[in-house]
Amino acid sequence: MINIPPVLILTLGSLFIPLFKGHGRAIYLIAIPLLTMIDVFLLREGTYWVVNILDYSLTFGRVDRLSLVFGYIFSIISLITTIYSLHVKENSHLMAGFIYAGSALGAVFSGDFVSLFIFWEAMAFSAAYIVWLRHTRSSEGAGLRYLMVHILGGLLLLGGIVIHYQNTGSLAFDYIGLKGLSSWLILLGFGINGALPGLHAWLPDAYPESTPEGTVFLSAFTTKTAVYVLARGFPGTELLIYLGAIMTAFPIFYAVIENDLRRVLSYSLINQVGFMVVGIGIGTQLSINGTAAHAFSHILYKALLFMSMGAVLKQTGKIKATDLGGLYKSMPLTTLFCLIGAASISGVPLTNGFISKSMIVSAAGEGGLMAIWFALIFASAGVFHHSGIKIPFFAFFSHDSGIRTTEPPRHMLIAMGIASFLCIFIGVLPGLLYSILPYPVQYEPYTGAHVIDQLQLLAFSALAFTLLMMSGIYPAEQRAINLDMDWFYRKGARIFMQIAHNPIAKFEYNTVGEAYEFLIIKPMLKIAHFLRLVDAKVVDGSVNGLGKCSLGMSDVLKIIHNGKTHDYAFLMAIGAVFIVVLVVLI
Amino acid sequence: MDTDKVHFLDRPGSLKRILKIFFSSLMILVIIDLFVHKHPYFGFDGRPSFYGAFGFVACVILVLAARFILRPIVKRKEGHYND
Repeated sequence: MINIPPVLILTLGSLFIPLFKGHGRAIYLIAIPLLTMIDVFLLREGTYWVVNILDYSLTFGRVDRLSLVFGYIFSIISLITTIYSLHVKENSHLMAGFIYAGSALGAVFSGDFVSLFIFWEAMAFSAAYIVWLRHTRSSEGAGLRYLMVHILGGLLLLGGIVIHYQNTGSLAFDYIGLKGLSSWLILLGFGINGALPGLHAWLPDAYPESTPEGTVFLSAFTTKTAVYVLARGFPGTELLIYLGAIMTAFPIFYAVIENDLRRVLSYSLINQVGFMVVGIGIGTQLSINGTAAHAFSHILYKALLFMSMGAVLKQTGKIKATDLGGLYKSMPLTTLFCLIGAASISGVPLTNGFISKSMIVSAAGEGGLMAIWFALIFASAGVFHHSGIKIPFFAFFSHDSGIRTTEPPRHMLIAMGIASFLCIFIGVLPGLLYSILPYPVQYEPYTGAHVIDQLQLLAFSALAFTLLMMSGIYPAEQRAINLDMDWFYRKGARIFMQIAHNPIAKFEYNTVGEAYEFLIIKPMLKIAHFLRLVDAKVVDGSVNGLGKCSLGMSDVLKIIHNGKTHDYAFLMAIGAVFIVVLVVLI
Repeated sequence: MDTDKVHFLDRPGSLKRILKIFFSSLMILVIIDLFVHKHPYFGFDGRPSFYGAFGFVACVILVLAARFILRPIVKRKEGHYND
């Protein structure tokens, strides 16, 4: 074979980007992912690029039908995203994008845990860098949190790999299954990248904070690499069915009330990955095929949706539903592409979402998993509701925001056009995608019942949206954010930092000093004062009579009414002790 | 760029016409559904217009739950994490 590892083309190619300028740069930028794509499409099944280091052998090219599906779509989307990003002047942007995409391809073709881990970490760092490229304060914070979470995931994965190696003596990455500590650690490491429920918060936290182009890169690789490794290591793991079902359902509630439209898309990304996770958990040939097909379709339409929202953000500087509306007038083509993406993610017949998602839903139905099946069609209706209707409606239609802008640059439209074409092309001719799936496909998506059922599900969801909108029950978009699981490390970290920031002197002053004053000085003063009062009463009492006494009383009142809570507490404590003593004595 | 042109959606009556088309297509879907041979997984999902009814109810529940349960719990001011 004359093939070279696709990761090499992208990562080495990224190094020379700064050497080019103008048209040459554009040609070079397109050539690199194009070469990668040709390279991947020429790959044949087999094992390549085995490197022996000491006693270990690292396999950089495990090429089989499962890794190939992901390889194909990763290289296709790299090319589309690069075309979309051609206007970006900052070289580091595409360099990071190439390294990120290359690492994802490297991870997908890894046959052993060591090379997988290397690419895993390279993805985490390059992705965090892509988040930072927005150069805003919030992207700085989000990128750092992204990195922290993924370093934690990487460490869990590494721990799992080490234990796995000790137990089995093998570093080969094949079926793992849930048995023992090492497999749980590996699952957790995979699960953080796969945004499994509870481990998902990094995604809606970081993705909407990147640049319009960066988010398109981000949307494609991390979660789908996780889907691939889960499908490789944990097919048929029952736990994943339930986790996947939760993933399909809970994000759509968030998506309904979220104002930032790229964050809405981030939540629907989790929802879509949930379908794939369910497919992995079911573990039949139909469901694994469904997972691979859905990953393929999903990457296309999700990138398309993020590209259309990125175009809106780039052209208007705004991305919140409360700021947008009526853009179809000035961005008709972007509107059209967004609608195609929205139709695809909703699974409208003749789009790629329909022919892939229905495989997983059918697998759940045929497996007799009624609760899961209900969750999946609920999620299908829900995803139509927020990604299919809400995204295009609030951005391009709704009330006219008064914003008048222009279409994005031509290369961005071309990128969206290619993605739109593929979404429909695969939807109309599903046989092409079916022919590259891991297992032979005997599945017919276009039966009368399938089509009418899906159309009804979507049309009546749209009816619900229409009626709720017209009656004013649909929650108005609000300038607000919604708490998610990231609260725990964002607020938790803040509390920790506040403790760490306060100098010890302040701690000493606040705590030790107050305790000293409270425990020693105040009681001494009080006792002294009490003695003085007693003295005054005893010595002068008979002489000065009631007048003195009332003065003394008011003195006491003056002391206790100094407004300090701890003095009141002290008095209360004394009172309580007094009552206890009284009770005991009597 | 074309601020003076009155767009289709802004014309009076357009919305009504769209809604009319939408509602009639819903009717058509319900009618066609009666004549399509179903192969249900569980039985109840083979009933006429099961998917339509489910989609409608699911979305109403989704929106009501998101608005009246989730939002009051999780909604914060935009600068919540920056204070």
